Amino acid sequence: MTTAALLPAAIERRQRWQARFEESILPPLVALAIAAVVGDILIIIFGQSPGEVYRQLLEGTWGNAYGFGQVIYKATTLTFTGLAVALGIRAGLFNIGAEGQLASGGFAAALVGLAMPAGTPAVIATLLCLLAAAAGGGVVGAVPGVLRARFGASEVIVTIMLNFVVLALLNYFVAAHIHVEETLHTPEIRAGAVPRLTSVSPAFTGSAANMTFLFALAAAAAVWWYLFRTRGGYELRAAGLQPDAAEYGGVRVGGVWARVMTFSGVLAGLGGVNYVLGYKHYYEEGFGTGSGFLGIAVALVGRNHPVGVVIAALLFATLSQGGLAVNALVPKQMVDVLTAVVIIAVATAVPEVKRALLGVRRRAAGTGKHEPGTGNGEPGTVRAGVGTGEPGTTTAAQSTMQAASSPGSSFPDPGSQP
Amino acid sequence: MSGPPAVRMSGVVKRFGPVVANAGADLEVAAGEIHALVGENGAGKSTLMRVLSGMYPPDNGTVEVAFDGRPLRDVTGWTTRSAIDAGVGMVHQHFMLVPTLTVAENLILGREPRRGLSLDLDEAERDVRALSERTGLRVDPARLVSELSVGEAQRVEILRTLYRGAKVLVLDEPTAVLSPPEVRELWNVLRHLRDDGGTVVLITHKLDEVIEISETITVMRAGRTVGRLKTADATPRAIAKMMVGREVVLALDAGTEWERGTGIGKPGVASGKQQAAPAPGSPIPVPGTPVLEVSHLTVASYRRPNEVDDISFTVARGEILGIAGVEGNGQTELIEAITGLRPVSAGTVRVAGADGAVHDLTAADVRARAERGLSHIPEDRHRRGLVLEYSVADNLILGQQHRFTSGAGALDRSRIAANAASRIDAFDIRPPDESLPALALSGGNQQKVVIAREMGRDFTVLIAAQPTRGVDVGAIEFIHDHLRRARAEGKAILLVSADLVEILALADRVAVMYGGRIVVALPRSDASPEILGSYMTGAHGSAA
Repeated sequence: MTTAALLPAAIERRQRWQARFEESILPPLVALAIAAVVGDILIIIFGQSPGEVYRQLLEGTWGNAYGFGQVIYKATTLTFTGLAVALGIRAGLFNIGAEGQLASGGFAAALVGLAMPAGTPAVIATLLCLLAAAAGGGVVGAVPGVLRARFGASEVIVTIMLNFVVLALLNYFVAAHIHVEETLHTPEIRAGAVPRLTSVSPAFTGSAANMTFLFALAAAAAVWWYLFRTRGGYELRAAGLQPDAAEYGGVRVGGVWARVMTFSGVLAGLGGVNYVLGYKHYYEEGFGTGSGFLGIAVALVGRNHPVGVVIAALLFATLSQGGLAVNALVPKQMVDVLTAVVIIAVATAVPEVKRALLGVRRRAAGTGKHEPGTGNGEPGTVRAGVGTGEPGTTTAAQSTMQAASSPGSSFPDPGSQP
Repeated sequence: MSGPPAVRMSGVVKRFGPVVANAGADLEVAAGEIHALVGENGAGKSTLMRVLSGMYPPDNGTVEVAFDGRPLRDVTGWTTRSAIDAGVGMVHQHFMLVPTLTVAENLILGREPRRGLSLDLDEAERDVRALSERTGLRVDPARLVSELSVGEAQRVEILRTLYRGAKVLVLDEPTAVLSPPEVRELWNVLRHLRDDGGTVVLITHKLDEVIEISETITVMRAGRTVGRLKTADATPRAIAKMMVGREVVLALDAGTEWERGTGIGKPGVASGKQQAAPAPGSPIPVPGTPVLEVSHLTVASYRRPNEVDDISFTVARGEILGIAGVEGNGQTELIEAITGLRPVSAGTVRVAGADGAVHDLTAADVRARAERGLSHIPEDRHRRGLVLEYSVADNLILGQQHRFTSGAGALDRSRIAANAASRIDAFDIRPPDESLPALALSGGNQQKVVIAREMGRDFTVLIAAQPTRGVDVGAIEFIHDHLRRARAEGKAILLVSADLVEILALADRVAVMYGGRIVVALPRSDASPEILGSYMTGAHGSAA
């Protein structure tokens, strides 16, 4: 502590920035390297050359306008669902309902697009459709949020279950009332469509890419600003890190949870715009299947940071589109396996690399941050799981953890007591 | 009684980053003795014992342990597992029990007796009962740990260590959570263990305990061993001087109290400070009108509907009301109810504003209470007082974040930075860097962040709960100074502390909480550790 204080503040600050940079960049890179090695092994098993497969994968995605357009299209939906999950995790909530929220948002946008007369000015029509998508997702997100805030119902369970409810209801509405004969989709919307990228450059012809990606980038910027630059974000992150401290700081934690789940649903719901307004111009059963769940992986790999989420969305979109590009050499499913390996590698390697990094730094500079006072067994170091303020809940969780990690089965016999 | 050495540690060095916890500490414990390891908070006692029990490998130095009367063997850097196998067991300050399991289930965890494929709980309970009777650690093996009192839970901890075959028992500040009768019972158990051939190392900073129970004393200061003496030749004053490294004015000011103490004293805290013990007649401002008024307050917890049971008191301008008591007698619930963190079942909390108007805050939320001039130093800074991953600057606005926003709800970064700079300067927070996360600070500096935030703003009433818990001596003096200064400025302060010395050093009036009630309230001049101690144990509680 004293040595650190002697250093000029500027140098120390730069070191800290560097440390932060290393901490946020290095772990995902290591995870990707691990995934690449596993990918190599798989490719070799299929009797192909890894170099050739990766070359084709890149060429089929970032190498031409069509492939790139597809990557952008897929990354747009994933950015929305990734942001939805990341926002929840920042507040200590796990939203597994992006799947249903996405569908609900897309459905609401399609309904409004269908309801409007054909001549509605594009700006107004699109805006109304966006609002509808936000509302459609927000309502589905608000339910688990309010149930958590009011009754302490686990948002994990409620969002999972709500996926079934919402998807089944939407399928029923479409099938029973507004589907086009012989299909599972609604008629095309009359107004509110978002222009395709083809209108900017004909090179994108055939790809689904559309201007919704700009909304996704705007959403990422807005989430970043809200999280790190506003009082609401300050309170949200405090509620996620230490609900008891947030409560002490005058934050109504339950209100934050209800609000965050609603916002989370709004973000996922806006993702539906990409398909409904930007690509097909109708709602179709199962249009976003998997994007909601993949959003969890996007948030995880993107470290719950809006910038990270955008990058991770691009990564997963590249893998998904690349799977089609290399289909001739290896089965498309190999890339699905690779996607899963990336997720597992991030989940396991990131904490490991971080620990190793801290260890290296501590040994190298002796500027470690661990100190005896805040170490093992102090009551406050274990984060309370719930904000009820009952001291018993914290200690209970803590002692369970500690007991579970205490050494196991090789104690001497009871006979050797003093 | 004492025999050949059972444990010998020499030149132990243990660093945590830049913090040196042990800087060449030595310890020699003879087999079959009760050995006291004393020193102030942060002297490195717990670290040394964790090195002994295998939790930390030392950076330097050697650890030797003798097994079953054989000669000493070098075990430096061994693991917890091998320490337990060799019969060295440590009972930690914070219990490590599974509250949803029974006593017996907790004890056998990790070495369950089996009958076929199933757990033989009957045998486990028989074993535990037998051990319990042999050692005098009475506790019902079939009860759930969550139903036990703190004293009983500690007995289970000790039993578990013995069940695993401990011959050298290390106890880390075992009396911190116990009432005086429970302390006496613990001493009986330890003597029994010693007479059975066991060796006990007792970490403490309470001199009366040292004198009462130990045979040999090792004194630590700033990570080093500064003395080793026979208890029979030691006086409290001499030990205190060794602990602090200078002549000390014992806060309780009478040697006899230490020698036949009640297990509730701590010297050194107020060392060197003349005003530490406000003798009757010292300049205490005349208390003014009541500012905080609590009447007929009843508060429920998940355990009991009346964790706080019909409590009434007032705190006046320029007054410190001290609430003493063994922890767990409703103090936490009382504080949470006053500050708006816990709903009230009955009664009112009222605060007078600067203009003299009285506001009923019983139903107000946390922020509204803060706006009415209520400041709160919470008892647990790691859980409530700080968001550990937030920077010092962000922590310095917690609870007032709405005052640091500009239009559209955006945080005003420049005002936050300016606020941090002035607080860091005024309260001497070290290192003086507002961008460090709070968890990178030492305990004392973390507490200074909380104090700077709560006392650095406009307030009329301060609720200070355990304000010096787990901070070093320098910070204790600093914090006490600030509390006295706030009193001089006419603030009303409610001081809730488990530390009697702190209460007696600061409070103008002292109340004792027992079983959710205030069992006695006295002016400071009428209070003594003996009187308060007897009320804390409930000896007078039923009559009141």
